[in-house]
Amino acid sequence: MSGFYRADAARLAALVQPDRVHRDVYIDEEVFDLEMERLWARSWLYVGHASQVPAAGDYLTTTLAGQPVFLMRQPGGELGVFFNRCAHKGAQLLLDERGNAGKLLRCPYHAWNYKLDGSLLSLPLKNDYEGSGVWESPAGKGLAKPGGVREYRGLVFARLSPDGPAFEDYFAGVLEILDLIADRSPSGELEVVGPPLRSEMSCNWKMYLENVNDSVHPISTHESAAHAAKTVGDGLSGAEQEMAMEQLLPFGAGYSFYTKMGARVTAHGHSIHGTKFSLHSGYAAIPGYQDMLREAHGEARAHEVLSFSPQNTVLYPSLALKASPALLRVLQPLAAGRTRLEVWALAPRGAPEALRRQAVNYTRLVFSPTSIVAHDDIRLFESVQRSLHAGGNEWISLHRGYRGEAEPALPHEVEDGNDELLMRNQFRAWRDALAQPAPEVV
Amino acid sequence: MTSDESLMLTRLVVREARLIDDGAYEDWLALFAADGSYWIPLRPEDQDPELEPAMLYEDRLLLSVRVERLTAGKAHSLRPQVRCLHVLQQPEIETCDTAAGTARLRTRYVYLETQGDRQVVLGAVAVHDLVREDDGWKIGRKTVHLLNPDAPLPMVQLMP
Repeated sequence: MSGFYRADAARLAALVQPDRVHRDVYIDEEVFDLEMERLWARSWLYVGHASQVPAAGDYLTTTLAGQPVFLMRQPGGELGVFFNRCAHKGAQLLLDERGNAGKLLRCPYHAWNYKLDGSLLSLPLKNDYEGSGVWESPAGKGLAKPGGVREYRGLVFARLSPDGPAFEDYFAGVLEILDLIADRSPSGELEVVGPPLRSEMSCNWKMYLENVNDSVHPISTHESAAHAAKTVGDGLSGAEQEMAMEQLLPFGAGYSFYTKMGARVTAHGHSIHGTKFSLHSGYAAIPGYQDMLREAHGEARAHEVLSFSPQNTVLYPSLALKASPALLRVLQPLAAGRTRLEVWALAPRGAPEALRRQAVNYTRLVFSPTSIVAHDDIRLFESVQRSLHAGGNEWISLHRGYRGEAEPALPHEVEDGNDELLMRNQFRAWRDALAQPAPEVV
Repeated sequence: MTSDESLMLTRLVVREARLIDDGAYEDWLALFAADGSYWIPLRPEDQDPELEPAMLYEDRLLLSVRVERLTAGKAHSLRPQVRCLHVLQQPEIETCDTAAGTARLRTRYVYLETQGDRQVVLGAVAVHDLVREDDGWKIGRKTVHLLNPDAPLPMVQLMP
């Protein structure tokens, strides 16, 4: 039923209640289209990392809100993001996942050539276009670009739409997390350790992002992995407890652990989960690393950086990250019931190799398509996606910790890490974004 | 290398796949050397699973966690039952040094995994690095080169 939500703002707004959301936020394709147009297109989305495109002409291709784009290092050193679509007929210009374009981009279809800055350089049979008006049309303007691009501490974000919040406003209250992660390197620089682990799941993207902030699920959802790790781990001496076990065993932590770990929520749906401590705080110290950071950043900053190890930070709606182990989880929604995930390990430049080892190990152990931890998550997301079609109850409860209060002023410190306020805050941003129709496309 | 030996090596590779398909995970684990490992790299050229991301890299300890989870009956993700099938080509013996007690076999195969109404199909080449121990040949490392490790994959719950 096209227009069921598009044509009825009140009905759309009613999908999000203070204590619950309607199932159509997850299963309705029209709602999905609306959230791509109104939320994703106007949000600052993670594109890639500057370390992936060090030299002029280096590029990577990816998808933002279902739209093909590429990130390219310009001859002057700056970063450009362009839609990966020839201005002529729409052919994809760059076909590989990454590479170097040389000095120009040539469309394989009709040989329209572009400079690295996206401007049209040449095309065959130019005389045939005389008086045609092509130079005044979108085709003559070269490659289209997203509304905004920003690099912050190596992470590159783009906002597809020309309208929407400014970068600093959008991420107010969480940008310092990116500083803390980058400063885990003595030189303040991160690099991504590719390639990423890629998964595709038959569930809505929001389920994944809510689960990132859900500390009540591990004890039941991951019981099988935690139990197996404990069974095997109990038979080992302390010396045999390798890093992998150190990363697996905490999945058995109880409710009270997470209650005390605290959280922060900010405007636009972002969150830091585990502001006081997290499962990751207990990892063994890496010899020499503390001294290295002290020397590079000073005592106070080194302490700040090393003591900050939240469970997860969500940069809504496209990115979840961890500081230690350092990693990125990037979401790519395909449809209401289909989501892709890329998980990238990060290595702080100049830091001990053990940090890279730690990040690589964690991504594989916990987020791989073959991970015994991820299986239990994905299976649940997919079963929820199916079960939401059940009649009788069309609502998803977000009541935990809600006491009828008004929405808090943001940013807001959340006392109890188990409070579903972290999810309610995501939906608050979602509802506000969906209430604003996208501008007419000319 | 005698024909008996080459038969023994290829039989080990075939048995390894069959034990997974049969759900005989403890017997499967016993095929690995004490320092044995199972690796699914993300790129054919990868060298160091400790420092390069991989889909899977597990030593005996982690494999025993995996097997414990598969057999303990606590994993909701494994319900309804997950089954798999390795359809192998004849394993090729790439190298065999009987004096040193090492051999490498390469096997092309199709892996099918099914649960309820879903089926995953993966193409792969397995490289088995075998080592001879006192009680016979063991798997020093099983490396699985998937045809599409760069693709977004659905969950793969058993062992490709």
